[in-house]
Amino acid sequence: MAYSFPEEVLEHVFSFLSSDRDRNAVSLVCKSWYDIERWCRRRIFVGNCYAVSPEMVIRRFPELRAVEMKGKPHFADFNLVPEGWGAYAYPWIAAMAEAYPFLEEIKLKRMVVTDDTLELISKSCKNFKLLVLTSCEGFTTDGLASIAANCRHLRELDLRESEVEELSGHWLSHFPDSCTSLVSLNISCLGSEVSFSILERLVARSPNLRTLRLNRAVPLERLANLIRRAPQLVELGTGAYSAEIRSDTFSNLADAFSACKQLKALSGFWDVVPSYLPAMYSVCSGITSLNLSYAAIPSTDLVKLISQCQNLQRLWVMDYIEDSGLDVLAASCKDLQELRVFPSDPFGAEPNVSLTEQGLVSVSEGCPKLESVLYFCRQMSNAALIAIAKNRPNFIRFRLCIIDPQAPDYLTLEPLDAGFGAIVEKCKELRRLSMTGLLTDRVFKYIGSHAKKLEMLSIAFAGDSDLGLHHVLSGCDSLRKLEIRDCPFGDKALLANAAKLETMRSLWMSSCSVSFGACKLLAQKMPRLNVEVIDERGPPDSRPESCSVERVYVYRTVASRQRLDMPDFVWTLDEDSSLRYS
Amino acid sequence: MENSTVEKEYIGDEELELGLGLSLGNASGEKGAAAYGNGGRILTAKDFPNGFACGTKRERAQKSASSSDPAALRQVVGWPPIRSYRMNSLLSQAKASNVAGEDDESSKKKMNHGGHLGFVKVNMDGLPIGRKLDLNAHKTYQTLAKALEEMFFSPSPHSRGGKEQTVKLLDGSSEFVLTYEDKEGDWMLVGDVPWGMFLNTVKRLRIMRTSEANGLVGWVKQVPLRHPVGFPSLNLGHLIRADGVEHGSHVRV
Repeated sequence: MAYSFPEEVLEHVFSFLSSDRDRNAVSLVCKSWYDIERWCRRRIFVGNCYAVSPEMVIRRFPELRAVEMKGKPHFADFNLVPEGWGAYAYPWIAAMAEAYPFLEEIKLKRMVVTDDTLELISKSCKNFKLLVLTSCEGFTTDGLASIAANCRHLRELDLRESEVEELSGHWLSHFPDSCTSLVSLNISCLGSEVSFSILERLVARSPNLRTLRLNRAVPLERLANLIRRAPQLVELGTGAYSAEIRSDTFSNLADAFSACKQLKALSGFWDVVPSYLPAMYSVCSGITSLNLSYAAIPSTDLVKLISQCQNLQRLWVMDYIEDSGLDVLAASCKDLQELRVFPSDPFGAEPNVSLTEQGLVSVSEGCPKLESVLYFCRQMSNAALIAIAKNRPNFIRFRLCIIDPQAPDYLTLEPLDAGFGAIVEKCKELRRLSMTGLLTDRVFKYIGSHAKKLEMLSIAFAGDSDLGLHHVLSGCDSLRKLEIRDCPFGDKALLANAAKLETMRSLWMSSCSVSFGACKLLAQKMPRLNVEVIDERGPPDSRPESCSVERVYVYRTVASRQRLDMPDFVWTLDEDSSLRYS
Repeated sequence: MENSTVEKEYIGDEELELGLGLSLGNASGEKGAAAYGNGGRILTAKDFPNGFACGTKRERAQKSASSSDPAALRQVVGWPPIRSYRMNSLLSQAKASNVAGEDDESSKKKMNHGGHLGFVKVNMDGLPIGRKLDLNAHKTYQTLAKALEEMFFSPSPHSRGGKEQTVKLLDGSSEFVLTYEDKEGDWMLVGDVPWGMFLNTVKRLRIMRTSEANGLVGWVKQVPLRHPVGFPSLNLGHLIRADGVEHGSHVRV
């Protein structure tokens, strides 16, 4: 080893590598690089908490400071994963709290987090700085109180869209007076009131506060006072944006906003009273991110606000904006990169607003930097999709949801194969795609042929036969996550592409035609895949093997395939291919 | 919704033949894996001369999904794909603006449920595994009952209920009745209070055998010429609800 650098030099070089891919590549060069790298890795990302065990992680990376992890599959967001399936954070936290006393950051998504878990973090990790819980559940405000009370150097507490059992609003008062380190606080998911005076004092003593996302229970009258105490804010989430129309409330608010010279992102806006929107006009030119997806106000009011935001990069809005509003958006916001349009009345019999495919066509035409779209609408045509693809070949994420999931092209009554085919053909950098509408196997052929950079695909009520699934599995070279519901895909395609599944993070199939026999076979032949049969009708072997399973979730794993926390509706196969459930 | 005729010209001879075998070497870039050796044989239709009918809910869901009837759409779990967090927020805003005469207290109470306001657990006597149902997807007792009837008494032979006839849960004609546990922990018969009030107070649902429900009492309007909004077959006598505000307590016989 005459020519090798001293370890310290290599460590220093590696410290510039932030991406996991780079670090993983580096650790494959040779044994000594593997060793040096593993000792100096500080952050890891575990995309599936069951893909690896805490012990394995701790053994390989003894000095972690930041852990990010995901639990339940994405379709859990739509109640397709029964309660109790798993994704418990406690075993991970318990192991890591012991192994990493200097752990600083924990980010969890779709996991079950208990108060015990939070208390453990707060008491074991003396230097704990950042907690982000996205779409998590299982904890109460007592757990939050532990974090507030014990984490002396807490910088970020972000409860994005988690489900919190709210026992009391007083947890905020557990932040000691000496706590002045807060940089980010997001409590927008909480339903109940927190004490306003406690909140004001907390904000006032946090000079580094950059992000403050309030919950709906914070009334507009209180907003001015809060903002006044934090003119350095970069991201603000309001509470309910409504109050009696009074000029002093208005001018108070307008003054407070005008002092916020660094504001870039706005969100919140529940219960909007449009007359109060102009109070924000002074900051609009600096705004790059605007989340109006809870603002139930007519298009004219939305448009007045949006047209002030010339530098807008991200807009989330409800379909109240209508096609006319999207036309204005296309004309005013040339820097727009991401657009999400949510339905205001998804179950209404008739459309309640005039939002059609035309709005999306306009925006794709007018906004040259648009790369990410989530669009709910009630009608779509191949012509529109083809136009969108031609206008905007730089799409990275394209998610379209037509309310009626098998709606054909409303003009020609044909399937939407050609339209989505154009999307995947033209948008060569497409990484994420969700499709709806009447779709046959043909669209999957297009996807398999063209979508070479596609990493995540979501399919519902589409396809005719196994050929559809086969096209995707055999053609999409970069596929990592595939989630399918209610499609006539079955055993043939799955088994013919078994090896592919090991190159992916996970495959979810629910209400399809995958038989229990095929699941068993897949599990037998692919020892590094965990094939979970999730079926609430009782043991799968009480039915013929050819019977379809309700759901199957397949993921690669280097941990044991027998996770110990399976509920009684999940079955995986044991080594001797007998049925196993805990 | 009819499929237009789609030319299947893309299934040509050059297409990969999907044998019913386990092909391990298919993925590009994989190390050459040994072909499956003495693996199992995949069962085919030939093994089941008598056919097999294992209901998945897909057919039913597809039928629901393919109709443009929004009421049918509500029966489909998880559609449209809107996170429950957003759905509940949307609905609580709609309720807050729609409901006349409700004071701030009860609006706040609704918000206090946090994320999953709409979903309640539903259990049925005799079945160990419960289900969850999104109450916010319904505006009337009728659609609720229909959803539950489909969930628990579907005609598919392997459904959990095992019953094949259509069952009406609200008119007292079947051997099951629909009950709910309210905020105070009491079990009540479903259908007696205005829908909005019901939503406000329901904690969970139970499909109870009628024989067991005799201990329960519902409020029965004394309206001789019309069916009471309750369970006529239970012959509970007449308990008059005071107009407007709920007076008195419900009585356990």
